[in-house]
Amino acid sequence: MTALRNDLIYLVVFAVAVLAMPIWLAPFGAAYPDLMQKFAIYGIFAIGFNILFGMTGYLSFGHAAFLGVGSYAAVWSFKLLSMNVIPAIALAVLVSGLFAAAIGYISLRRSGIYFSILTLAFAQMSYNLAYSVFTPITNGETGLQLALNDPRVIDRALFADAPGIPRPNLFGIELGGYEAFYLCAVILILCFFVAMRIDRSPFGMMLKAIKSNQTRMAYTGFNTRPYTLSAFIISGIYAGIAGGLLAVTDPLAGAERMQWTASGEVVLMTILGGVGTLVGPVIGAVVIKYFENIFSAFHMAKLEDIFSFLPDGLESFVVSIVSPFVGEGWHLTLGIMFMLIVVFLPGGLMEGARRIRARFGGGRGTGSKAHSSNPAPAE
Amino acid sequence: MTNAVLHVADVHKSFGGLHALSDIDLQVMEGTTHAIIGPNGAGKSTLLNVCIGRIPPDSGAVVFDGKVITGKRPHEINQMGIVRVFQTPEIFPDLTLLQNVMVPAFAKRDGAFTLNAFRGADRETEIRDEAEHWLADVGLAGYKDTLAASLSRGDKRRLELAMGLIQHPRLLLLDEPTAGMSRHDTNSTIDLLKKIKERGMTKVIIEHDMHVVFSLADRVTVLAQGRIIADGTPEEVRGSAVVQEAYLGGTHR
Amino acid sequence: MDQLILQLLNGLDKGAAYALIALGLTLVFGTLGIVNFAHGALFMIGAFCAVVFSRLLQLETVTIDPARLTPWGSPMEVRTPLVQAWLGDFGAVLVQWSVPLSILFAIPVMLIVGVAMERGLIRYFYKRAHADQILVTFGLAIVLQEIVKANFGANPIPVTAPAALAGSVDVGGWLGLSGVFYPWWRLVYLGFALAVMGLVIAFLRFTTYGMVVRAGMEDRQTVGFLGIDIEKRFTVVFGIAAVVAGIAGAMYTPIVSPNYHIGMDFLVLSFVVVVVGGMGSVSGAVFAGFLLGILQSFASMNEVKNILPGIDQVIIYLVAVVVLLVMPRGLMGRKGVMEN
Repeated sequence: MTALRNDLIYLVVFAVAVLAMPIWLAPFGAAYPDLMQKFAIYGIFAIGFNILFGMTGYLSFGHAAFLGVGSYAAVWSFKLLSMNVIPAIALAVLVSGLFAAAIGYISLRRSGIYFSILTLAFAQMSYNLAYSVFTPITNGETGLQLALNDPRVIDRALFADAPGIPRPNLFGIELGGYEAFYLCAVILILCFFVAMRIDRSPFGMMLKAIKSNQTRMAYTGFNTRPYTLSAFIISGIYAGIAGGLLAVTDPLAGAERMQWTASGEVVLMTILGGVGTLVGPVIGAVVIKYFENIFSAFHMAKLEDIFSFLPDGLESFVVSIVSPFVGEGWHLTLGIMFMLIVVFLPGGLMEGARRIRARFGGGRGTGSKAHSSNPAPAE
Repeated sequence: MTNAVLHVADVHKSFGGLHALSDIDLQVMEGTTHAIIGPNGAGKSTLLNVCIGRIPPDSGAVVFDGKVITGKRPHEINQMGIVRVFQTPEIFPDLTLLQNVMVPAFAKRDGAFTLNAFRGADRETEIRDEAEHWLADVGLAGYKDTLAASLSRGDKRRLELAMGLIQHPRLLLLDEPTAGMSRHDTNSTIDLLKKIKERGMTKVIIEHDMHVVFSLADRVTVLAQGRIIADGTPEEVRGSAVVQEAYLGGTHR
Repeated sequence: MDQLILQLLNGLDKGAAYALIALGLTLVFGTLGIVNFAHGALFMIGAFCAVVFSRLLQLETVTIDPARLTPWGSPMEVRTPLVQAWLGDFGAVLVQWSVPLSILFAIPVMLIVGVAMERGLIRYFYKRAHADQILVTFGLAIVLQEIVKANFGANPIPVTAPAALAGSVDVGGWLGLSGVFYPWWRLVYLGFALAVMGLVIAFLRFTTYGMVVRAGMEDRQTVGFLGIDIEKRFTVVFGIAAVVAGIAGAMYTPIVSPNYHIGMDFLVLSFVVVVVGGMGSVSGAVFAGFLLGILQSFASMNEVKNILPGIDQVIIYLVAVVVLLVMPRGLMGRKGVMEN
């Protein structure tokens, strides 16, 4: 049972690292609740995406649709039922799960690039419709917001009306910055635990076998469609939870969350961290959201401040070199980082860590496990 | 005589104008090892593909254990108890050897689909032990944690054999199980197949190597140009003038 | 009736742009086996070639004209484009016709960009998984976009068509109807697109070089066995695809002012076009491009929208879904392409 003990240690370390974010992120200037909430939420999104892409090999280019649907569902729950987050998340799970079941049922009839295009097509349809015909549900470009006169039937039945628009709460605990972060963190840990169970289960083994050789699975006696569909629905639900939590931290849902660039972003996170690993996608999500928020906030004055220890001439030279890559141009950094990862480190940051560990004689990491079949090009 | 496990009843199949199979009527008896031989292009592989549902016949039917299996999907046919070992090894290259053998064991135990997502695969000791046992039987015990992709071609075939055997099929279809193997490996495969025979598994073998055929088969069917030209015990077939002509005067290399 | 003709023209125009991008995508996919998400960026770079070229032509020289006075009595400064100063009236014509002329500028630029892309990055991905190809080219597309954004800003840059082709033309008059006006330049674009497609298809069909490329699309391995240096042809094919996308982008600038993400906007639709047409099929891409362009135009007519609200937003994707489910290989796809 050593494997089981290792998993337990893995889980505990992960949980501690997540809950202690406010401490260890402080030196990086990232220990403020808004950003840490995003780390946790997009971590959930990426873990779920990896259950589909990492385990079965099906590359969905439309996962943001489930994120968006989860957000709308949660906001509607706030509006109609209660400001309590439990029904909101439950509704997000239900709606995104049903939505994923419908889209997955059709898209999974095809594999490879055709599957990617089908999911992309569905997501784009959802996005376009959210802006047009479904405006009564989505409130179009303005986005779905809370209003003073929302019904909130459960809340109104139980409590007296407080003045102003209420904030989401958990049985009376109002979810401000840190409270909301810890809620997201706990859900992230739960989601991580579930993903770990799936990864270690026979079901997970079947998913990986499907990725490895789907035709063989049929001749081995498996009906592969329900397996891939289950994986699709589970990963859609993860996206729905993430979308619901986005609405918890900021009760506003807009269609831009469903755009295909948002779907691309979760692919980036997963690849960057390490496809097929458990913690990799979370790391990818943290790195990308960190860059997005911290890097993009850099500007000339700040850069000059950072490099002020250099001699004058050198300082302005370094600043002029660095400045295109930060602030407005942080996407450039992202694109370059991304290409470098795909070209030289197909296993993502997790494989990088394994390689480093292997080089410095650190125990079990051999690096041979992942991607030995497609090595980086030799230049 | 015991009853027939597999009955290929009056099967025709043509591709374009070419008659790949005509008037094929074949019975495979319970517990026997039935070899199908014939020159290249005689229709052996087509026949095997018809049996596992990969190619639908134009007319006729394949009856397994009293049930018609033509038109069923591959996983349904497997679940009925027919397992095929492919000519070019079909394995799961990204899984370990142990996992490669565990996966079919799950198919046997849990059926075509089970959402068993919350129980650790580690706890499935019964299935793991059985998988280790079969790996040892095909001589791969020492490599259970290596990735299947790194195996040699011969080892992949042995792995695939273990993947088939762990399902305890009623009928095992072997497509040239020793092609490309060394004499030594061929002999150990023959020994292994003899061992399963003692356990009463029915087998159909397509084979070029007469040494293998005559070491294993209880019954031999000879195909030529899509027709059965001889059918009988190995001795009968060996002595048949028609067969000798097909092999010597026919299209054989 | 007028409406129908107008929408048909609109659809043909939109379809022409889709088809030109999809043509290169499918060509690169069919021969090189590469799924290129940076192909839209090539269209965008082409569009900015037109921007750069017209700016180059409009570099001005300032002269003092003593004959004319400003209202304050000082000699007037006159700004003349350099080409006009050097070449007189002919120079003025050049400035006017900068967009069509920018093709001459775009061709070498695109060829260099395309070859550099293929030699520098794409060729290392021939044997990698399609997912890896999508990801690395997606990264490249972001990088190219950001470089353009850093140099040209985020706002669309208006580019004007030559004055002679700027107005509208009474298309209805030609057909004996009254009052169907359509912009000249859009008609020009349609003709230009048809010509380019014709050239590419003729090249593939009637030249030996093209025939080898087509053979490579059918069966890459065999062509390799024949001892033909297929790698070199891959580079050439990629270059052609880049040039086609680039000049399609350059000529499109008067219709939609280019911005840094115009390529991405077109890419998603073009991918759908390629898949509907059948991956690797050149004629399929052309056909599907026009088909989807026309369907989209008709779906945006009020008469249609009133019956099926929102249909204009989803028609292309809906068609793609139906086609993929009913005809897994697309309308004109061949067996064995992209199947596992």
